[in-house]
Amino acid sequence: MASEIGLALATGILGGGVYALMAAGLTLVFGVLDIINVAQGILVVLGAYLSYVLSVHLHIDLLVGLLITVPAMFVIGVVIYWLFIRPLRGAERTSMTLLACFAVALIIEGILYREFGSNYVSLNAWYTTASLHVIDFYLPDIYLIGFGLAIATVIALYLILYQTKFGRAVRATMQNQTAARLVGIDTNRVAALTFGIGTGVTAVGGMVYGAISGGFTPNSGYDLISRLLAIVILAGMGSIGGAMAAAVFMTTVEAFVDIWQPDWSVVVFYLAMVIVLTVRPQGLFGRSAARAQ
Amino acid sequence: MKTGTRAVSQGAAVVVFVAALAVFPLVFTNATVTTFGIDALIFVTVVSAWNFFSGYSGYLSLGHAVFYGTGGYFLVIAARDWNFAGSGVFWLLPLAGLVAAIIAVPVGLVALRVRRHTFVVMTIAFFFIAQLAATNLGVTGGSSGLLPPIPNWAPGTFNNPFYYAALVMGVLAVAASWLIRRSRFGLQLRAIRDDEDRAAGLGVRTMPVKLTALVLSAFFTGMAGGLWVYFIGDAVPQFVFDPLFDLAVVLMAFFGGLGTIAGPVLGALILEPAQQWFALEEANSYGSEILFGLLFLVIILFLPRGVLPTGEEYLTAGRAWLTRRRSGTQSVPAPANVSTQAEGSSR
Repeated sequence: MASEIGLALATGILGGGVYALMAAGLTLVFGVLDIINVAQGILVVLGAYLSYVLSVHLHIDLLVGLLITVPAMFVIGVVIYWLFIRPLRGAERTSMTLLACFAVALIIEGILYREFGSNYVSLNAWYTTASLHVIDFYLPDIYLIGFGLAIATVIALYLILYQTKFGRAVRATMQNQTAARLVGIDTNRVAALTFGIGTGVTAVGGMVYGAISGGFTPNSGYDLISRLLAIVILAGMGSIGGAMAAAVFMTTVEAFVDIWQPDWSVVVFYLAMVIVLTVRPQGLFGRSAARAQ
Repeated sequence: MKTGTRAVSQGAAVVVFVAALAVFPLVFTNATVTTFGIDALIFVTVVSAWNFFSGYSGYLSLGHAVFYGTGGYFLVIAARDWNFAGSGVFWLLPLAGLVAAIIAVPVGLVALRVRRHTFVVMTIAFFFIAQLAATNLGVTGGSSGLLPPIPNWAPGTFNNPFYYAALVMGVLAVAASWLIRRSRFGLQLRAIRDDEDRAAGLGVRTMPVKLTALVLSAFFTGMAGGLWVYFIGDAVPQFVFDPLFDLAVVLMAFFGGLGTIAGPVLGALILEPAQQWFALEEANSYGSEILFGLLFLVIILFLPRGVLPTGEEYLTAGRAWLTRRRSGTQSVPAPANVSTQAEGSSR
């Protein structure tokens, strides 16, 4: 029992880091663009499949492969933004962009089915099978590597946001788009790059997800996006730090419930979200009135 | 007087249209064709019901499959436990709608507290809760699902009872949409869509209004779900609670024209048979999925307000252009049949 609890705690926290990374991209895009990118789930799966192709067909190590998949996903994100999101304007923009993202997700899912079929595949390397002996349980190495990668990427995101000129432009756009444009910020460019960054992190998230989930199919996107949305909404839209805290909290609780009720553990995600929103409609860390209407 | 004749001609058009739908299965007896018809009419019901909540109030729901699936499962369980069979099962449809409506009350009380995209995400969350519950509960038969009774009707006209049940439901749903649109209640809903805070300030009790619309919408959706499950003869979680269903409903409403009365009918009657036909032609489901996504993008990017409103704009622009040209060359006033050309354009 003690080892089960220890393992649940460890995988909950470490796995939460990975979800935090994926959710950070989602919440960043929301903060800057006021868009809920419901394609984030399938983009993570796409990132996982890119890593899969590189490792199986070109025999490139998963970690080295990130040097290729991250820029590739970044470009895909910018293209999606430029083609399908940017043209949408007007009063109904928020719901229209959400639907457009849903449509993009469907197309990507269809293409993935066409290329890879519906069989489960998983990412393998020497560090996905090895595990570390911690007191009385074994912790797969990939959890540690994944957590390390996630933390490194989130730190990189923070450095970009708070230490660069581009980051200042992003934050200005988040606060007030009109004012940002008035002081000479090209908000269209900022938006496209932000969408690209939000998508680029899914390459890292996808690689780690593909390695720790034990297998994925094109259908895995639905499970991912529903969890990510629950995390982001629970945290309050647009709060990166909040998304990280919420992600770790949710996956830890899920890992604990999983010990006794494996069938129902996922429901914890949604129940926690519903309960929190009933009491605090803006989420745990959300800015209250700013985005109420 | 002019509006009076127009109302009469519109009413006549509706009667002719419904009559044409009623004789349809007598003319086309092919089972594949009537199956398309049943599916399309079920979607007429659901999209109209979705529209008089989401289209009128602006609260986009991506979780109507919750009500659809609830109605479907209720019908199967009730028919089994209370020994209903054959056409008697149709009497359970209003009850299936009622159960879905009851489910809608707690869903609405929680989800309608948040607005815009948070609401959309909440409805998605409720959808996944429902799907998970159906997969894991004993009463729904888990992931292997349940089987409704199979009626022993004559093979040649097997589809006809389903067709007429779907037609009655569709007509009722569109009638409800029309009545709501004309009522004070519909006006309150649209006031909420335009500016909820101002509507509340002007004395609209927004929560009861929104909740009533959602519950009514869930009632029709639940009935449609019950009929659909009875028709396809199978209730498994991943098809009864299908995310593509939610998206298809929204796509049809957008295609026809969000917040209109005729738009959802048009969208369902065009897109559902098209989708079914494509699924028949294409052996692999991914083909229809890609096409579906592309179609959705095209509609959102080029016809964001739907075929009917956009078509109406083109019609108005074209007529203005014609009038200008005529008055320029021959100085003849606009033709007298303008009002018949505008048939249905106010919808």
